[in-house]
Amino acid sequence: MSVALEGVSLSAGGRPVLHPLTLELPSGLPNVLLGPTGSGKTTLLRLLAGLDRPDAGRILAEGRDVTGTAVRRRSVAMVYQQFINYPTLSVFENIASPLRVGRLPRAEVESRVLEAARLLRLEPHLKRKPLELSGGQQQRTAIARALVKRASLVLMDEPLANLDYKLREELREELPKLFAESGAVFVYATTEPAEALLLGGRVATLSEGSVTQFGPAGEVFRRPCDLATARVFSDPPLNEAPARIEGGRLRLASGVALPAPPLPTGACTVGVRAHQLSLEPLEGAVPLPATVRVSEVTGSESYIHLDVGGLSWVVLTPGVRRPEPGDAATVWLDPRRLLVFGEDGRLAATPALAEAA
Amino acid sequence: MSAVAPSSAAAAPAALPSARAPARRDAAARALAPRVVLGLYVMFLLVPIYWLVNMSLKTNLEISSGMTLWPEAPTLDNYRRIFTDASWYSGYINSLKFVVLNTAISLGVALPAAYAFSRYRFLGDKHLFFWLLSNRMAPPAVFALPFFQLYSAVGLFDTPWAVALAHCVFNIPLAVWILEGFMSGVPREIDETAAIDGWSFPAFFVRLFLPLVAGGVGVAAFFCFMFSWVELLLARTLTTVDAKPITATMTRTVSAAGMDWGLLAAAGTLTIVPGAVVIWFVRNHIARGFALGRV
Repeated sequence: MSVALEGVSLSAGGRPVLHPLTLELPSGLPNVLLGPTGSGKTTLLRLLAGLDRPDAGRILAEGRDVTGTAVRRRSVAMVYQQFINYPTLSVFENIASPLRVGRLPRAEVESRVLEAARLLRLEPHLKRKPLELSGGQQQRTAIARALVKRASLVLMDEPLANLDYKLREELREELPKLFAESGAVFVYATTEPAEALLLGGRVATLSEGSVTQFGPAGEVFRRPCDLATARVFSDPPLNEAPARIEGGRLRLASGVALPAPPLPTGACTVGVRAHQLSLEPLEGAVPLPATVRVSEVTGSESYIHLDVGGLSWVVLTPGVRRPEPGDAATVWLDPRRLLVFGEDGRLAATPALAEAA
Repeated sequence: MSAVAPSSAAAAPAALPSARAPARRDAAARALAPRVVLGLYVMFLLVPIYWLVNMSLKTNLEISSGMTLWPEAPTLDNYRRIFTDASWYSGYINSLKFVVLNTAISLGVALPAAYAFSRYRFLGDKHLFFWLLSNRMAPPAVFALPFFQLYSAVGLFDTPWAVALAHCVFNIPLAVWILEGFMSGVPREIDETAAIDGWSFPAFFVRLFLPLVAGGVGVAAFFCFMFSWVELLLARTLTTVDAKPITATMTRTVSAAGMDWGLLAAAGTLTIVPGAVVIWFVRNHIARGFALGRV
């Protein structure tokens, strides 16, 4: 099974919200839509579901054009970020809702609902109303409803964003398994790069209404095809610096020269993720003088925000470190971990140590 | 307290008890004041209703012979007359007929209209929505003449339909406004989820959506019911004999035989009852209804 978009675009109020895009989403592994708020994830999901119609292009389900098909006739299930259930129906009836329409035999409905409730651990709550449940249980009810329908396309719009940490970890692990087994095309939208990596599968990065790259999660993370993708797929934000390639050396604006990959002379932008920088000397790394702005400690790791030659960078460093704002520091930059983007924003050189990322 | 000011307690040990007693009396008075004010307020509100009930249980002789705070010789004669005299009780039946008809028509039209206003954007939707409410601002007298002539021409005159349809001019806009407010409080995603689940629109609307706005439907029905029930001018103009409403019948007691105070009071008491019953059912939603569902 697969779902494909062919040159699909949408604009609202004369402003394009989704630039023409062509994408083929296979079944099995999750397809993750990764992008910041407003990048077009929800728009894309709504088009896939059939809730909105594209201005141009076609949507194909298993090779069949379903662009004009009403939502009601499509084999789609969707879970929203807000916990959407029918407040007046019991949890059992909420989960059974898609089956009631199909007029399935009572025993069949019951066994399928109980099965879904068991998988999502909702069995003790089947008689209660959704609003009497906790947020996590409400969202599990919505997920159970999506599961029970056995739709060939399952869409989730940041389903775990409003849940507490523990529950999020748990569901994040279970969700791909639940839906991979059914053979459905599973599309999952998220704003968090870490979530995209944990879910595995394929990632489509979205930036300002365009899909910038689509491929296996690890590959997109390690070799982002352009600057926009690298920015979307970095948390904390990508550390960037303008630079020039001159005579086989990569010269930063601050004057520091690094060994450069074989690239033609010209301006470029270098990017490096927070965890690839170090405050300790590294073998083969170049020291850059910096000033501490803020330090954040998250348990066993620390985020140190620095001013590096006028640029705002973040370094992720192990252990608890609390340098005072204004302190001088030295950032060690390993040239083999640099992402180098050409003037057009495309990735010009793959980092030599990409696999170690 | 003693720990805070040990020196003053030592300086004037005798003064303390007498100083505390007025303080306690002050606190008691302060706690009592709101109750007294509220009690007085409720009393003033209820006096006219009490007086109406009081009068309805008296004979005309007692009413006209002087002021008594409660009936000296309680009698149910006035009520008995209303329930046995067809010219009286048919007034209630006629009123109920057009009130129920009007409420049903108003809700039947307002529910889909309110859903459209709440869920769809269309050309001129905001203007149309406001224009609806502006209908309510016209006094009923304006519409009395055209309705009278029109209904006479098409043969609707003096039927419950005449009054029910005339009252729609005021009740449909109000019902649309109230229901739109309640419906907009329901997330659009619920509609979408139902569509994704495969529910047809009519099935979704009746079985999933209506229960969610049940409070709004109750409040809208209440406002339609009450307006139609108490409205006098159109109801009296558009009926003569067969569909004469109770409000019109009540004006009849000003007759050659003088004023039948007791009977009129009993009729008035009975007129309040249906409203009170309906309020009981929607009491939890009524405040939101007065805000036209927008809270």
